[in-house]
Amino acid sequence: MNTKRRSFIKSSAAVGAFGVAVGAGLITPRAVMAAWPKAAFASTDVNSAIKNALGSSDTTASSEIALKAPEIAENGAVVPITVTSKIAGTESITLLISKNASPLTATFKMGKGAEGFVSTRVKMSKTSDLVVVVKANGKLYSAKKEVKVTIGGCGG
Amino acid sequence: MAKSIKVRAKVKGGTTTVKALISHAMETGMRKNKKTGKKFPAHFIQEVTCSHNGNTVLSADWGAAISKNPYLSFKFSGAKAGDTLKMSWVDNKGESDSVEAKIK
Repeated sequence: MNTKRRSFIKSSAAVGAFGVAVGAGLITPRAVMAAWPKAAFASTDVNSAIKNALGSSDTTASSEIALKAPEIAENGAVVPITVTSKIAGTESITLLISKNASPLTATFKMGKGAEGFVSTRVKMSKTSDLVVVVKANGKLYSAKKEVKVTIGGCGG
Repeated sequence: MAKSIKVRAKVKGGTTTVKALISHAMETGMRKNKKTGKKFPAHFIQEVTCSHNGNTVLSADWGAAISKNPYLSFKFSGAKAGDTLKMSWVDNKGESDSVEAKIK
């Protein structure tokens, strides 16, 4: 199956003329999504990723962040993670995996009424620390947990 | 692409719990095709937005390390049963999808 053609048709149908422009390479998707923090996702170590994503790497360890993840993940491609922040005024939750090629995994920004809770599944290349940074009231709080990975989830 | 998102939202005691599954390859750009030795090009969701009554309750920036067919769950307050929740995503190729669901 010609996958390129497929995705071209899909994107065109989804966003009309805009999709055509993207598909034809007139506008690179990167330029379209300026809001996505490219530098932060391209950072190769945890501290610079935090700094690029949140403006500062100055974090305080907090016991009010509950990080739920398996001790041993048999399959690194699917590691379930749940973060609960009890810190009042949680603005965002950032997930990082220290030994992945790009540690920054995701940033969740809480809108009006949203609670400091997020649950998702991530890929981990090998045994490493899972770092969570919570932004609340302009300050950064962190928590971490080591997850042992038996089979990596990146590369092949 | 119309049905790439499955959303369930339920109110309990004033808090709405949202659970979503998105069907997406989430290709990191580092996985190799064993036959050709070439890398599969990166193709992953970059932005996910969820809104209720026009208010954005959650917006997320994702990297390639989110698992294939992503699962996302979060909670927020202020909604009641019957309200509409809207969720959308955009990936690094500019593809996108959105869905609306009734809160139960």
